[in-house]
Amino acid sequence: MVSVPRPERMTSAHARAAEPARKAAVRNLDFYYGHYHALRNITMPIYERHVTALIGPSGCGKSTLLRCFNRMHDLYPGNRYQGEIVFYPDDTNLLSPEVDPIEVRMRVSMVFQKPNPFPKSIYENVAYGLKVRGVKRRATLDEKVEEALRGAALWEEVKERLHDPAFNLSGGQQQRLCIARALATDPEMLLFDEPTSALDPIATASIEELIARLKQRITIFIVTHNMQQAARVSDYTAYMYLGELIEFGVTDDIFLNPSNKQTEDYITGRFG
Amino acid sequence: MNARTDTVKLAAPRAVSPRLARRALRHARERAIEALLFCAALVSVAVTTGIVVILVSESLAFFEHVSLWRFLTDTQWTPLFSDAHYGILPLLSGTLVSSAVALAVAIPLGTIIAIYLSEFSPHALREVAKPFLELLGGVPTIVYGYFALLFVTPLLQKIYPGLPGFNLLSAGIVMGIMIIPYVSSVSEDAMRAVPMSLREGAYAMGATRFQTALGVVTPAAFSGIAAAYILGISRAVGETMIVAVAAGMQPNLTWNPLEPAATITAYIVQVALGDLPHGSIAYQTIFAAGLTLALVTLFFNVIGHMLRKRFRQAY
Amino acid sequence: MDEAHLNELRAMIAARKRWNVIFSALGVLALMIGILTFTTLFVDMLIDGLPRLSWDFFMSFPSRRPGEAGILSAWVGSTLVMIVTAAVAVPLGVAAGVYLEEYAPRNWVTDLIEINVANLAGVPSIIYGLLALGLFVYQFGLGQSILAAGLTLGLLVLPVVIVATREAIRSIPGAIREGAYALGATAWQTTAHHILPYSMAGILTGVIIGMARAIGETAPLITIGALTFIAFLPPAPVTSEPPFLSFEWLMSPFTVMPIQMFNWTSRPEAAFHHNAAAAGLVLVVMTLSMNGLAIYLRYLLRRRIRW
Repeated sequence: MVSVPRPERMTSAHARAAEPARKAAVRNLDFYYGHYHALRNITMPIYERHVTALIGPSGCGKSTLLRCFNRMHDLYPGNRYQGEIVFYPDDTNLLSPEVDPIEVRMRVSMVFQKPNPFPKSIYENVAYGLKVRGVKRRATLDEKVEEALRGAALWEEVKERLHDPAFNLSGGQQQRLCIARALATDPEMLLFDEPTSALDPIATASIEELIARLKQRITIFIVTHNMQQAARVSDYTAYMYLGELIEFGVTDDIFLNPSNKQTEDYITGRFG
Repeated sequence: MNARTDTVKLAAPRAVSPRLARRALRHARERAIEALLFCAALVSVAVTTGIVVILVSESLAFFEHVSLWRFLTDTQWTPLFSDAHYGILPLLSGTLVSSAVALAVAIPLGTIIAIYLSEFSPHALREVAKPFLELLGGVPTIVYGYFALLFVTPLLQKIYPGLPGFNLLSAGIVMGIMIIPYVSSVSEDAMRAVPMSLREGAYAMGATRFQTALGVVTPAAFSGIAAAYILGISRAVGETMIVAVAAGMQPNLTWNPLEPAATITAYIVQVALGDLPHGSIAYQTIFAAGLTLALVTLFFNVIGHMLRKRFRQAY
Repeated sequence: MDEAHLNELRAMIAARKRWNVIFSALGVLALMIGILTFTTLFVDMLIDGLPRLSWDFFMSFPSRRPGEAGILSAWVGSTLVMIVTAAVAVPLGVAAGVYLEEYAPRNWVTDLIEINVANLAGVPSIIYGLLALGLFVYQFGLGQSILAAGLTLGLLVLPVVIVATREAIRSIPGAIREGAYALGATAWQTTAHHILPYSMAGILTGVIIGMARAIGETAPLITIGALTFIAFLPPAPVTSEPPFLSFEWLMSPFTVMPIQMFNWTSRPEAAFHHNAAAAGLVLVVMTLSMNGLAIYLRYLLRRRIRW
């Protein structure tokens, strides 16, 4: 791979010059909710330490695809995967029935649409993922909690009140807390499911800024119904419609020069 | 041990044995816990099975001595006498009459209270009345029995001097009042579940509150209300202490509530109070009586369950 | 619309509105009947029984002489039986509730269990007595003991605890559960660290209501042979010599408060009726305060956690 200084956002030219390493690859993925065929033959790459956005109208299957990555669908009966999501560098198929979903979730973390902090203290929230992995030493926990809160740009605001209830934080702060919680366990990949749709514009801006920073060290996959957000924040974009992947590419290409008419119709607002 | 080794290190899947072993251990523990919880849940099935087995086996032993026909048609129940009769009719009549009196009290009052609280009453009154009714239902039945025998009966005797000290009327009235909370709370829940849009439709046509409540809401909540009635019937039939104390424990085939009589439940108590050699016919009679009671309540419970399901599907 | 028609309309509306008032009055009347019954009952027992309430009354055994009789063996018996009841109903009930809400798959076995729980809630209490008589007293050989009584009432109260646990768990939003799973927690970790702590208050409310019911139960205990005249106490659970804990009391004969009241009510002598009133007063105060506590807890709960 050619070693070039990494641009702030992936550009078409740069991508052509040097395709980045992949973190994951979706291969011929089909998904069924019972009899309902929700995802149809999806194949796409996820590049390491870049932001990939998933856009499309309501009901197109974006969240469904996202939730395959951390096996959330396993929690509910009647769901079925077909195909693979291969994770690098170890070539594990995340969807294989032989792979324990709990392990998948320890490697791939998720931030939800509506902030869902536990009714515990701020500290307890961030430390929970570590406790589940058996980390017991107080010093270790303290250190990792601080690291995670700094990583989520929340440390300065809460360092004096770590043991206050998480519910006392504002909406934007709660979402950053959930991000810190997801970061604390050093995941390889971070999934965002419409993370700012429940937040006001200022909180949204701070989260987008955070994502731009985080991608330096973590692969990020984000679902958003807000096209402008995808354009601002992501390096690569995938456009989905009715369960199918219509187009995938560098964000600039998708937004400025889509190759597929359907993509163009959606981008220009001819339907929503 | 430094911080790094605390986190799960992600290696190649030709697994590092500690990771596989950890996974297997976690799996085994999860499975064991789930099995334990499942056994706890099975206890309810075990209890039902136990009830069925005990009642049926002892009743079968009973029916070896007494024919089913005699059981169902004999008009006397005197198992402890030397000239023993084993007809269930006297006990059934006692149960039916006391329950009928109770329901004559509980159904009208319970329904009116439910409609009032759901459709008419101010919010504050409702917040006070509901807990109060719950408390009413929480009084031990022996206390109600005491009340029926030592307050209600003397009171009724002032009105009707010929009333015997033990009678089905006092027991039935007090039982009815005890059942009101069951009927009213289930009915009220059913009525509150009727969507506002139905009421708005009626009001929009110029209906008064009374017309809406009786003409629209009550019929719409009908299966829920019927389920409440069935619950009340079930409760009345299964009640023991109020009738045992206030109606006396003398089996008496009568349809007149002004007389003393024994219900199925009161009979069981009476026998249990005495000495019961295990395996004697007297011992078996209480199981035969209990089986009859169980079948009657099962019948009502099933109907109530079906009604409640139908009601839940409607909304 | 002209004047005449309008007046006709107004008269008709006024007539119909009168029914609103009539029905409201009826509703209040019906409520009053309930309130009146309760107050009369309470006041009557107060008048009859309050004079009998004294330290001696609580500390004496029943006796043939009404003036000297007390409820010592009764309230001690009730307390011991309640301990066993709680020890049976709470673990089994909470475990079953957790299983049904968090683990159970949608199949016929789960349906069977749910049908059974719903059915058992409607079984008359005396039938539990018959079950206990045949099974615990004779088949298991437990005799007419506190253990048998506790088991009986524990099973009686079980559906109440199961339903309360399920309702409490159901009120926890799915987002919290998903949040825990997304961090890699196992089913048991999610249950133990999140589901149970957050539903504890709701479960507690249900347990209190169940125990309040169990304290007042008479019929099943008479059926298994609780004696109506006991002039001794079961052996103490705590002893003064090692190992400091004794379980002899579990196998001891016993009586409970409602049975003592029943015994006194059934006597013809009026003096015993005063004793019954006093015992009834104690019983009612106990059950009402427990029910009141549960209602208050439920009210607090509704105000505290805003999901």
